[in-house]
Amino acid sequence: MTAAIQITNVEKSYKSLKALGGVSLTIAEGEFFGLLGPNGAGKTTLISTIAGLIRPDSGSVAIHGHDVVTDFRAARKMLGVVPQELVFDPFFTVRETLRLQSGYFGLKNNDKWIDEVMENLDLTGKADVNMRALSGGMKRRVLVAQALVHKPPVIVLDEPTAGVDVELRQGLWKFISRLNREGHTVVLTTHYLEEAQAMCQRVAMLRAGKVVALDTMSALIRRISGSQLIVHLASGTLPASLRHLVAHDALEDHEYNGKPESHTYSLRVNDYAEVEQILAKLRESGAVIGEMQLQQADLEDIFLQIMDGGSL
Amino acid sequence: MSSGTKFVSVGFQTLLYKETLRFWKVATQTVAAPILTAMLYLLIFGHVLEGRVEVYPGVSYTAFLIPGLVMMSVLQNAFANSSSSLIQSKITGNLVFILLPPLSHWEIISAYVLASVVRGLTVGAGVFVTTAWFADLSFVAPLWIAVFALLGAAILGTMGVIAGIWAEKFDQLAAFQNFLIMPATFLSGVFYSIHSLPPFWQAVSHFNPFFYMIDGFRHGFFGQSDMSPWTSLAVVSAFFAILATIAVNLLKRGYNLRH
Repeated sequence: MTAAIQITNVEKSYKSLKALGGVSLTIAEGEFFGLLGPNGAGKTTLISTIAGLIRPDSGSVAIHGHDVVTDFRAARKMLGVVPQELVFDPFFTVRETLRLQSGYFGLKNNDKWIDEVMENLDLTGKADVNMRALSGGMKRRVLVAQALVHKPPVIVLDEPTAGVDVELRQGLWKFISRLNREGHTVVLTTHYLEEAQAMCQRVAMLRAGKVVALDTMSALIRRISGSQLIVHLASGTLPASLRHLVAHDALEDHEYNGKPESHTYSLRVNDYAEVEQILAKLRESGAVIGEMQLQQADLEDIFLQIMDGGSL
Repeated sequence: MSSGTKFVSVGFQTLLYKETLRFWKVATQTVAAPILTAMLYLLIFGHVLEGRVEVYPGVSYTAFLIPGLVMMSVLQNAFANSSSSLIQSKITGNLVFILLPPLSHWEIISAYVLASVVRGLTVGAGVFVTTAWFADLSFVAPLWIAVFALLGAAILGTMGVIAGIWAEKFDQLAAFQNFLIMPATFLSGVFYSIHSLPPFWQAVSHFNPFFYMIDGFRHGFFGQSDMSPWTSLAVVSAFFAILATIAVNLLKRGYNLRH
């Protein structure tokens, strides 16, 4: 099967700044793929390269086998991009904007699908309103709608929920999930890691223009050794034999649920069997547990660990 | 145009429609205002110089001035359409809506230039209709009128595309307009025949392509001109070919558009 997006050793520099340093990725058809990284990591540069807005210094990008430079017409027909910037054309209404965007992609008489997209993004009531008169959230919805007017097999969303309300987020993810279930490939960049964790099947993390992690979401979370057992001791202290497991410095410096900091510990555990061993050692030392909580590692832990320079 | 592409694709038609609709939605500014400006030129220059200047035998100064004003309006508005649309789209960021779809550079430039021609001719027709009452005009060779109006508008529309691509801020576009387009238009014989100029400035005028556009256009009205219309046609066509090549090349390279 041809990859939905094939990125091969893409490099891009701006004077002395290396924005992309040899990025290679293969995104399969029908995947919901997350592209994560801090500001300046190269996410938008990579997306712009996929969209043909930026031309790489070397390497290549193909959408469903069509090179975005040499076979740009076929490649762009396959692609719908929601840009990060909140841009709009102030001359037109929402419906005019969507009809024009359809036409650019060679589609006439596309009103049935335009109506469906507007309905799903809760834009129907604003169809004849000028773009200038829309709120930021509504403008963001129109951007999403513009990217979807030609039913692209590959949808790229560059921080689509930045600065928008919960209602739009839920509506947007419902609609995008439906499109993904129907076979559309989705590539998402977001700073909301819980969104990525909830939506994406596979994730690439970029740091300084390079891919530093690439795996399925579940494998990434499994691979991090970082589930934590947070215990608050009603009496007694942490035995010396458990001191090496103290994972989270922050908890030693702060109060935990209003309890004195000196009695709250965050202990690193790799599997559930270790929990029993910890509890046994606490009992042996005479400590009494007041409260206890087991925290699973999440994408944020992985993200922070990788961006701090760690590896998985 | 790339193989397998219809000559008049839906993408091209849509972009042409959008660029035309864009100026039409603000017609007070883009159509009515330049017509009023041309009327004021006619009233002032016509009033001051009528009876004092006879450029061609048997042609009043007001009659001489009207085709010049019509053509000047065609040229300036054709330039304004493509250049202002591109620079606004670049600065506000909505040019991305043109850059993301599968539009070829041929489709993009054709749509922008043709929309400029539509605006240029609309304003030109408006200027003609409102000023023609002030003088007895003849139409000796209507085909020359049409040819030079179309070519002039297409040339300035293409120059607008080049300026819009090159400029990164309004200031740069204003410089292009004020230091290049405006002087070239005013010094092209809109208000006078170059035969009334000293020899040096006559010679300089021959290097101004705008002179040939207006001179050829005027020939269509009076059958008289400073140059043969065929010479003007050759110069204007060559100039258009050069500008079109530059504009297509800039778009193809993605100059200032795709980084």
